[in-house]
Amino acid sequence: MKKPEKGKRNPLVAVVLIIIVLVWTIPTLGIFITSFRESSDIYGSGWWTVLPHKDNVKTGEIELPADTDPNKPVEIEGRTATFEQWRMGVEFEDGRMLRWFGNKRSRKIEVFEEKWVGFGANLTLKNYRDVLGGGMVEHTDSEGNIISRQGSNFADAVLNSIAVSIPATVIPILIAAFAAYAFAWMEFPGRRPLFIIVVALLVVPLQIALIPILRDYTGWGLNGTFVGMWLAHTGFGLPLAIYLLYNYISTLPRDIFESAYLDGATPFVTFVRLVLPLSIPALASFAIFQFLWVWNDYLVALVFLGDQNRVVTSALAAMVGEKGQDWHLLTSGAFMSMIIPLAVFFGLQRFFVRGLMAGSVKG
Amino acid sequence: MPGTDANLFPVFRRFSMSGNIDSNWNPFALAGLVVLTAVVLVGGFILLQTVQAYKVLMTVFAVVWGLLSTALLFFVLNAVAENMPRKIRSVSVAVVFAGPAVILLFWALVIPTLRTLRLSFMGAYAREYVGFSNYEFAFTDPIMLESFRNNLLWMIFGTSFCVIMGLVIAVLADKSSREKVFKSLIFMPMAISFVGAGVIWKFMYAYKGEGINVTEIGLLNAIVVAFGGEAQAWLLIPFWNNFFLIAIMIWLQTGYAMVIMSSAIKAIPGEINEAARVDGANSFIIFSRITVPYIMPTIITVTTTILIFSLKLFDIVRVMTGGNFGTNVIANEFYLRQFTYGNSGQASAIAIILLVVIVPVLLYNLKEFRRRRVLK
Repeated sequence: MKKPEKGKRNPLVAVVLIIIVLVWTIPTLGIFITSFRESSDIYGSGWWTVLPHKDNVKTGEIELPADTDPNKPVEIEGRTATFEQWRMGVEFEDGRMLRWFGNKRSRKIEVFEEKWVGFGANLTLKNYRDVLGGGMVEHTDSEGNIISRQGSNFADAVLNSIAVSIPATVIPILIAAFAAYAFAWMEFPGRRPLFIIVVALLVVPLQIALIPILRDYTGWGLNGTFVGMWLAHTGFGLPLAIYLLYNYISTLPRDIFESAYLDGATPFVTFVRLVLPLSIPALASFAIFQFLWVWNDYLVALVFLGDQNRVVTSALAAMVGEKGQDWHLLTSGAFMSMIIPLAVFFGLQRFFVRGLMAGSVKG
Repeated sequence: MPGTDANLFPVFRRFSMSGNIDSNWNPFALAGLVVLTAVVLVGGFILLQTVQAYKVLMTVFAVVWGLLSTALLFFVLNAVAENMPRKIRSVSVAVVFAGPAVILLFWALVIPTLRTLRLSFMGAYAREYVGFSNYEFAFTDPIMLESFRNNLLWMIFGTSFCVIMGLVIAVLADKSSREKVFKSLIFMPMAISFVGAGVIWKFMYAYKGEGINVTEIGLLNAIVVAFGGEAQAWLLIPFWNNFFLIAIMIWLQTGYAMVIMSSAIKAIPGEINEAARVDGANSFIIFSRITVPYIMPTIITVTTTILIFSLKLFDIVRVMTGGNFGTNVIANEFYLRQFTYGNSGQASAIAIILLVVIVPVLLYNLKEFRRRRVLK
């Protein structure tokens, strides 16, 4: 009874947690490793084979005499079996496995042996070069065929994502901060009903707005433009932004506003010099939230950007559609799309969590 | 305004208006500034539309121009408001501060809701009214019924797994010395887009097909084969493929549930747990009798958030199966109706149904808002 905290070091808890964490991280690890493998390796073996393990490795070839008749049982190294059996592979007592290569006419036998492999995997950056580029790219499949594809021009997609995400994060913050300050510290007609609308809009699904806004954009020529994306993301992000920033700005001490007023500061000066610097924690929380949201958004980009100015999510989704089995491009593309949000996430996790707590109701 | 404490700080609210401060803007300078702002806004937009080359440079330009324009707009509008006659100056300043946000909210959400409602009673090209036939379609079409069923699966299984897993991990991590690392890693998928997650899991589920000496490169099939089973095209198995998609959402959202509930667990006073332990309660009893009841409000919030999320879910299904093979969901059908079939009436009806399902949560939020008197 000396230590009630004894449970703190329960080994079973650690084991369960480690298993869960493995399940959660292995899928990401899989595409990470795959993105650095040679394309011929990717299609010939699982990505986990880069880890040291025992595997059948080809150690030699046997050419059969040209007069061998594959339609009758064939004798090789003292064992007799039909073509079908050789085709499936025949195991020898010494651990070797002999397998017929290709069709009946090849008359070639491959020898496999169990060996430890995976200590020196072939790693390459070619997949990244190919996925970022826009021209024709080639890769080798597991049978050694060379396949040509139109590149995905992912570098442009990354730039487009940056051009969409940064303004679509900062603009709503600025607009919302002004509004939150007005809701918290100013009197104007309709203050309360307008704020109730903000609260109501927190959970409204954005599907409800897509068609009318799309019609507006078609009329105004904003389809496929960055400005259209900024406006749409600003509109969709504003309810949460105003709500979060209001909660913060309304708790700032009243004295500072009074002394600012007595010093002759206008509301604008007070806002720029006092409110914004004091609200940095809240601004940062929402900024990370909104940045990840915009960067990872697919629906809004799909509807308003279309095929011009593709962002990373729509470029990646298009790649899944067009090159669904080209894992060397898909994995490197997926990882390119994840680098920036992951960096933001791990760098500023503390702020992100705070933002999540404050507004777990985004629509 | 009945029932509010809006009059608590009447003096200050009057103070904070710029009523007594005279602006020092010369009217000509102000007019020049307005013209300059207009030039920056329009010129930048035209430049951005016409120049296609110099991708990196134009990206930088787009970002700088977008941010600068917004800041400039506020500055100019405020200068104009400060130059208004004294009587309306204070309200003008408030309008400049709150106005842009209010206008955007109305343009982007409030008015579109009404326009969508109207469209939902109109035909495919919004030329004529068709009564309730779009809703009739929404509730009778076999694809829609299948989508409703699937959304129900997502909401029931996806949400409950996320919440239960999140709760269990939060409680276990609380007992571990490496809590931060574990939580970070499970939380990490939150930073990954659904499209990215789609690729990650498509690779997990990859299926090479039958044939001699085929090596499965998808981890799930490799495991199945290693245990003597037969490789499967997981996303093509009717009905069960829904669960393989739901697993992706669980992977993505459990971290969210865990983080929120973990901080609620940390807020439970230590004395309560210790008192229970002294009384001889074991870990399980503490979990079920203290932890869960104590954080019930948080559990409800998290559950509602994930429920809404799974109702609107679109990206995962779109990327993984495109809604084929019996995996369609409402949000994907909304997209298909509008952009593949070009029927804005049916799409609008689906959007309205999504909204109606969420209305109870919306009303609950408003009730809470009134109760907590957030607005002073």
